[in-house]
Amino acid sequence: MDAELKALRWRCRRGTRELDQLLGWWLEVRYPHAPADLRTGFGGLLDAQDPDLWDWLLGRGQPDDANQARVIHEIRTRDRV
Amino acid sequence: MSAYKIQTHEFDMVVVGAGGAGLRATFGLAAKGLKTVCITKVFPTRSHTVAAQGGISAALGNMGEDDWRYHYFDTIKGSDWLGDQDAIEYMCKEAPAAIIELEHYGVPFSRTDEGKIYQRPFGGMTTKYGEGPPAERTCAAADRTGHAMLHTLYQQALAHDAQFMIEYFALDLIWDSSGACCGVLALDMAEGTLHLFRGQGTVLATGGYGRAYFSATSAHTCTGDGGGLALRSGLAMQDMEFVQFHPTGIYGAGCLITEGVRGEGGILRNSSGERFMERYAPHYKDLASRDVVSRSMTIEIREGRGVGEHKDHLLLDLTHLGPEVIHEKLPGIAESARIFANVDVSRQPIPVLPTVHYNMGGIPTNYHGEVVQRAGDNPDHVVPGLYAIGEAACVSVHGANRLGSNSLLDLVVFGRSVANRCAQTIKPGAAQRKLADDACDKALANLDRLRNANGNTPTAAIRLNMQRTMQSDAAVFRTSKTLLEGCRKMAEVFASFEDVKVSDRSLVWNSDLIETYELQNLLYNAVATITSAEQRKESRGAHAHEDFPERDDANWQKHTLVKVDEKGKASFEFRPVHMFTLTDDVGVVPPKKRVY
Repeated sequence: MDAELKALRWRCRRGTRELDQLLGWWLEVRYPHAPADLRTGFGGLLDAQDPDLWDWLLGRGQPDDANQARVIHEIRTRDRV
Repeated sequence: MSAYKIQTHEFDMVVVGAGGAGLRATFGLAAKGLKTVCITKVFPTRSHTVAAQGGISAALGNMGEDDWRYHYFDTIKGSDWLGDQDAIEYMCKEAPAAIIELEHYGVPFSRTDEGKIYQRPFGGMTTKYGEGPPAERTCAAADRTGHAMLHTLYQQALAHDAQFMIEYFALDLIWDSSGACCGVLALDMAEGTLHLFRGQGTVLATGGYGRAYFSATSAHTCTGDGGGLALRSGLAMQDMEFVQFHPTGIYGAGCLITEGVRGEGGILRNSSGERFMERYAPHYKDLASRDVVSRSMTIEIREGRGVGEHKDHLLLDLTHLGPEVIHEKLPGIAESARIFANVDVSRQPIPVLPTVHYNMGGIPTNYHGEVVQRAGDNPDHVVPGLYAIGEAACVSVHGANRLGSNSLLDLVVFGRSVANRCAQTIKPGAAQRKLADDACDKALANLDRLRNANGNTPTAAIRLNMQRTMQSDAAVFRTSKTLLEGCRKMAEVFASFEDVKVSDRSLVWNSDLIETYELQNLLYNAVATITSAEQRKESRGAHAHEDFPERDDANWQKHTLVKVDEKGKASFEFRPVHMFTLTDDVGVVPPKKRVY
């Protein structure tokens, strides 16, 4: 694992268990195959405040950045099988 | 151990942890003119304090009659008479000033029409010493109270020139030969470099250890690091058997489904679809108190009536309420259940499990936040140079059971108290204590061992064994037999750490290594918890023992002190509960039966 991915992994550590799981899911499942613009969007999301992330993930509003919004959309509609 | 280079930094005060307690202390210490550094493994506003949405209690009396003495009484009763009454007096009396301060610093509390801080009722908060109507005592900043507090305190700390070492992991406490704490050895996770933060005082504000259990509402970061540091240094922890559970965490995800769901008519069911709470609480049924519901659920699971592949959880059914009621009364719940359980609550039940929510136990302190231990006949011996606050500490204001909205109060009152104490006892810029050349050797040996650990069991496998053991034998349902069995199993899990395998040998962003350190900390906390539970032969607050169903004040109104040695063996001492007050402003509350 390269240092950048390992750093991202640590920064998926959030203030709530809910966010840990949702962001951790994207990193584990989607990041390896995601295009560069989505990876950038994900990095941007990790700098957001936890209550904002939670609101977006519950569908109350969305981030201004289109790539960030796409990552939020992927997490909200992920396949849970 | 000269292979490892250590950079040394000198401060007056070193704070470990940047949640509500750590930030309040950091800011307060810096504001008192002490050169202060705060070391934190995650960015300050991402601490678990974020999850505290409910609010913070203080008898401001903005909504009706209230008095800090009522709050004092409620907290003692909530603690089931295990809380120290001097510390509870201090917390409840200081609460209004602490809230007003927070408001001045910029926490945007919700307001009444007249512009006062709005206050809401909360479980266990009453007026007139439990005889009057429920108290409206809990202040909130919408549903972002914890985050608003973190944000405000972080800004204040920066404004007072406190330094922050972010994404640094505390490896071990460093001691001088006289037994005084001299600081902490930490790893800069991004650079992979070692740093010794020397301080005249070190404050542990590292939060709880919910991750010792399989089902916990805690974030991944809640790994009891302060308790691990203290126990590995040979210090005793206090009242670790008292762990608060919430009945309805989503199975596998841990996120809470609020009590309000059962208030609106949600029903708990077992594998045959039976509404089993009718058998345990014929009158209140699903609306019985948290501890009663959690215990009933655990019995259902233990007796084989759980659902799912492992028959290890139950169902919370809302389907009979209809989509309109759910949408109108419980909007966030439907969304949460959809995201975390893939459940449409109007058509399917939610899989749930009693879930660890808060650790009442911790590092014993007095109301100044100074760490205390028993030394011979003295139960209040102050450990020089070491302080603890917040969920990491046991002051003890929560005793055997914490009341909702008292935890945020605990953070700010005792974070502030440490700062006030150190302003009196510590001189800015005074010389550091002398350290022996080999003072860091033990810490470095541990680092070297974990970094190169080449056993057969991955960290995650040992962690899962620990979590399943604690969930099965140190959760809500406790008998002499299950606790003994649990102690035996936890001893095996602790011993299996000798065989841990760490695959990543680097020091840069080595989350494998950090998680192994966190596991080591959790293992010490877990052994302390289950062995403390095994030796307490009574039921009190969150510790409900099926073989000893009554509280036994004659023999057990005392604090458990537990040490855990390197082999995982626990030993016990006790401290008396403080049945005295600081002033004559309020009287001692003698033990009574705790009924609501």
